[in-house]
Amino acid sequence: MRFVIGLAAAAVALATAAMPVAAKEWKTIRIGTEGAYPPFNFQDSNKELQGFDIDIAKALCDKMKAKCEFMAQDWDGIIPALKAKKYDAIVASMSITEERKKQVDFTDKYYQTPARFATKKVGGFTAVTPEALKGKTVGAQSSTIHANYLEDLYKSKGVTVKLYGTQDEANADLAAGRLDGVLADSVVLYEWLEKGDAGKCCQFVGPDIKDVKYFGEGAGIAVRKEDKDLKQQFNKALAEIIKDGTYEKLNKKYFPFSIY
Amino acid sequence: MTTTPHPEAPPTASGFFGEARTGDLVALALAAVIASLVLSDWPVAIGTWLGNDIFVRYWPRLAEGLGVTLQLVAISIVLGGLLSLPLALARFRNRGFASTLAYGYVYFFRGTPLLAQTFLVYYGAGEFSDTLRGIGLWGFFKEAYWCVLLTFSLNTAAYQAEILAGAIRAVPRGQWEAAHALGLSKPVAFVKIILPQAFVTALRPYGNEVILMIKGSAVASVVTVFDLMGATRLAANRTFDEQVYLWAAVVYLLLVETIRRVWDLIERGLTRHLRRRA
Amino acid sequence: MDRIESLIQLLAWGPNGWGDEIAAGTAITVALGIATLPFGLLLGFLIALAKHSGGRTARMFGNLYTTVFRGLPELLTLLIIYYGGQRLIQEVQALLVEDPEPIEVNAFVAGMVALGMVFSAYSSEVFLGAFKGITIGQIEASRALGLSRLLTLRLVVLPQLWRFALPGIANLWLILLKETSLVSVIALPDLLRSTFIAVGVTKEPFFFFLVACLIYLVLAMISSIGIGWIERWANRGERRAGA
Repeated sequence: MRFVIGLAAAAVALATAAMPVAAKEWKTIRIGTEGAYPPFNFQDSNKELQGFDIDIAKALCDKMKAKCEFMAQDWDGIIPALKAKKYDAIVASMSITEERKKQVDFTDKYYQTPARFATKKVGGFTAVTPEALKGKTVGAQSSTIHANYLEDLYKSKGVTVKLYGTQDEANADLAAGRLDGVLADSVVLYEWLEKGDAGKCCQFVGPDIKDVKYFGEGAGIAVRKEDKDLKQQFNKALAEIIKDGTYEKLNKKYFPFSIY
Repeated sequence: MTTTPHPEAPPTASGFFGEARTGDLVALALAAVIASLVLSDWPVAIGTWLGNDIFVRYWPRLAEGLGVTLQLVAISIVLGGLLSLPLALARFRNRGFASTLAYGYVYFFRGTPLLAQTFLVYYGAGEFSDTLRGIGLWGFFKEAYWCVLLTFSLNTAAYQAEILAGAIRAVPRGQWEAAHALGLSKPVAFVKIILPQAFVTALRPYGNEVILMIKGSAVASVVTVFDLMGATRLAANRTFDEQVYLWAAVVYLLLVETIRRVWDLIERGLTRHLRRRA
Repeated sequence: MDRIESLIQLLAWGPNGWGDEIAAGTAITVALGIATLPFGLLLGFLIALAKHSGGRTARMFGNLYTTVFRGLPELLTLLIIYYGGQRLIQEVQALLVEDPEPIEVNAFVAGMVALGMVFSAYSSEVFLGAFKGITIGQIEASRALGLSRLLTLRLVVLPQLWRFALPGIANLWLILLKETSLVSVIALPDLLRSTFIAVGVTKEPFFFFLVACLIYLVLAMISSIGIGWIERWANRGERRAGA
């Protein structure tokens, strides 16, 4: 009798233990990204995802001996979709901020670039303080640290803040003259201002903005709070690609300066 | 246990006046609630009492957005109504340029999504900003609000033209003949005899159009306008909390219900003379 | 002229043009509409049944359902289903199984459910109107012939019902076709979304959005032709009787 009970108990223990162990093996990692944020992540004309974020993710997956599957997701819904388990990690230039940390966990940063304003070359503004921009209209991408920064510090000072689904739309409205300026990641703006014709209208203005309260500690990979193991594996792989030079190679592929 | 053949027996049997008065009061009360949502911040006090921080923080934005939605709908319904008159008239010509143009206009605006029309006007205007600046119209097209207002007005004009044309057609021929017999000219007969009757027929579809416009106006949020929907999306994106959508749902339902009841009230008032006494 | 030519070239097939992307988007738009239709019709029919011949609770539910989904902006319904629906499914799953396999509410399904619910709210009213076209005498006659309730529904009510409801449903289909464009907001690459992506790259918003509008018009025209054909077919019996 005791044997039977023991056997049953062992069976129950095995059955309950088996589940979480199986779940902890990350053979395939589904990665969500925006696909509309060049040069970090964007879709080429064949709808393939490309960019620095994508290359970093692929390098990390290589180190973790896991298969990466990418999927594009609108920025506004990118954290809700992670929590909804549409994918397991976000590699989309997401800044590590206190507000987001309440929702998801972040790995260590994989790059850090400051924010900057851009304005029209002709008829633009020169100072970027909230007081100086009073009465002006400034744009940013919605659900970003840049949007929050403008909403919290500039709106109350009489600056009109417009928010867009993608950075592209904000840039287009700056070029058309609907906006007096945009606030965005400096590297993303650099790509638009310096490469191609669309950004010829406009230029950087003001200093780099690094307010940690808003702009956080750089861009990290976001995972669900319960996936601590995945976070650890990402951190380990990240340290490895920085150490073995893979990171530097990828950095050079996209930027003439270090963005770490 | 007997089952009646019509379980939803008409409630009017309980006495017309008593009925009407409660209905009127409900309509007015709802309208007052909507107005108070825009003009005062009593919901914040309730939010504070419930300890709902997100609500306290973002309700003022939603209330502001509700004001924008109301403005957008009210102005575009009126402007669209004015524009619908010549459109409806042109539809009565059998052939000719004006009639073809009106037909094409109505077909285009009723056959394509409002969202696509909004994109066409907003981003299309952005593309031609230099030309528009040259002719002094950029000040108008620069603002997303005005672009949206223009699109909505053009859109509802097409729907209202169809409503009006249908209503004019529904006025019995005898009315024209009687006006003619009285020696009224055609234009006078149209304005004084036909149009007022057509408006009465069109009241109900007009009410539906107002409600459709309230719902449709949510697409303004896609081109940076902070209407009720825009404010809702901002709050939902910042807080990562889906409950914000539910508040918006309640406000929209309240708004639509208010319009429906207030419209009934107006309709009853305007058709008093047509009602038969029992 | 050169300008027109270069614009036309933007619509070319293949890696340099956007013709294939927009065609694929159009296919998604049509597929979404067609996938929504049966779902919306069935749900609408059930809601109409509840409102027409259900008990007190069923009628109340039916009326509430109609009021809610005809009153909410379609865009809001869509966002609630897309973001809220996912969370709801997860919480229900968490109650039922330990460590659940994630069920994904993708943009297509969310669009189908949201548009289907709106469609059913409106179509239930159409069906309700059609029910009224079937006279009580016919129901009594079939009772007298000894047909059960279900058989009456199948043999007497349904064949007439769908003919009465057809014009209303056709109208709702045309509205549905336009409303599918809202799913572009939740990143489903439908016609409007594909156009949007093309605009982002080519910086030709006016041209591309105009093309998108024209495609919607063509879809509406094809639908109208199809509807006319179905209506003639549905009324074939009537015509013969009248002749």
